[in-house]
Amino acid sequence: MRLLLLAALSITLMTLDQRTDYVRNIRSGIAVLVYPIQYLVSLPADFFDWTADAFASRETLQVNNEELQRENQALRSQLQKLTFIEAENRHLRELLQSSKRVGEKVLIAELLAVDLDPFSKVVVINKGDRDDLLYRGQPIVDARGVMGKLIHVNPYSSTAMLITDPNHAMPVQVLRNGLRAVAVGHGQDGLLEIPNLPNNADIKVGDLLVTSGLGCVFPAGYPAARVTEVTTNPALPFARIRAEPIAWLDRSREVLLVWPAVSDLPQMANPCKFEVEEVP
Amino acid sequence: MSLTQHHGGWVITLSFLLALALSIVPLPGLMEMLRPEWVTLVLIYWCMALPNRVSVGIGWLLGLVLDVLRDTLIGQYALALALVAFLTLHLHQRIRVFPLWQQALSIFVLTMLQNLIVLWIKGLTGHSPDFWSILPSAFTTMLVWPLIYLLLRQVRRAYHVV
Repeated sequence: MRLLLLAALSITLMTLDQRTDYVRNIRSGIAVLVYPIQYLVSLPADFFDWTADAFASRETLQVNNEELQRENQALRSQLQKLTFIEAENRHLRELLQSSKRVGEKVLIAELLAVDLDPFSKVVVINKGDRDDLLYRGQPIVDARGVMGKLIHVNPYSSTAMLITDPNHAMPVQVLRNGLRAVAVGHGQDGLLEIPNLPNNADIKVGDLLVTSGLGCVFPAGYPAARVTEVTTNPALPFARIRAEPIAWLDRSREVLLVWPAVSDLPQMANPCKFEVEEVP
Repeated sequence: MSLTQHHGGWVITLSFLLALALSIVPLPGLMEMLRPEWVTLVLIYWCMALPNRVSVGIGWLLGLVLDVLRDTLIGQYALALALVAFLTLHLHQRIRVFPLWQQALSIFVLTMLQNLIVLWIKGLTGHSPDFWSILPSAFTTMLVWPLIYLLLRQVRRAYHVV
């Protein structure tokens, strides 16, 4: 009898969770309770990181420092050009009288070293809506490319779905020629599929796929994946195209939360609505 | 209504907390598929050993926590674990007198049932994982059972949990 009641309750909860947003508070409440567990489980990994830092020899530090300085200089020189291009871009946009770009805001968060559901690709980050205005669907990136988006925001932590999750799809375009496509996760590390492209589509192995900004979740222009395999079979309607994410999905410990600038989104009849109000 | 005093509730709670922690400890790559269902194991043990203390409701609550911990659909593991607790409570007198290897086989069946429910729900609400991907964890859960059983029995006797 009690089992039947609880089963009915579970099914109700699942339906609510799947279709609506009502159980969000239940999830947040329990998430606060279980955060200590996640934090404790993640501690050993943090500790190893910390000891690696603390006991690094002077020599390693020097080498590291030199490398970083070199990298910094290289990046700075690229940045010089970028400011010029940005100014030019703004000017051209003004000429076209389109809305001006607003800078994106980012926030650094850390991944907790825990394994979640073995059947999906989900990670926990140590920022919640307690300290910052995170929102559901917010993109996260690492230093190299797009990683995924937030699916649940709790007070002290949030969970994000990686782009390799089988339930994840992301609008992308080929950087070389602007060909639009959708990159779908496959549940395996380092594998994305690009379905529904015809056999004669202009896409090659090695092409860089960047986010296209359609779909209103990911801001346009972030590197997403590199094409690793294009198989055309005339017997099939579509080509089989696979790609590898650019971001280090399984190695990054630090991630960036991005607040997309609203004007970066494509101009459409029905513009995307964001839950985020202000972009400082 | 029992006149005997309950003892050692904290032991039960602690064992559940440890099981929850173990079920999210990071494992490399494909090892993740081999992770035993620690929470299920501990739940089955307490249902079997102390059926008057651990009820279907506790299994359900534990499942709810596991749902949030693993960030799955809320109610998914709750349903699965409530069912596991229910079956164990019904069969506890029978499972108790089984030799260890037969117990382990029953654990395999129960874990498979739990995994199947999770698989079905996943299939209903989105992408369905491969059927074969749920077998390894049921298998390792079965292999770990004798260890958990002996360990928890020692703990139960040492701390007089009744």
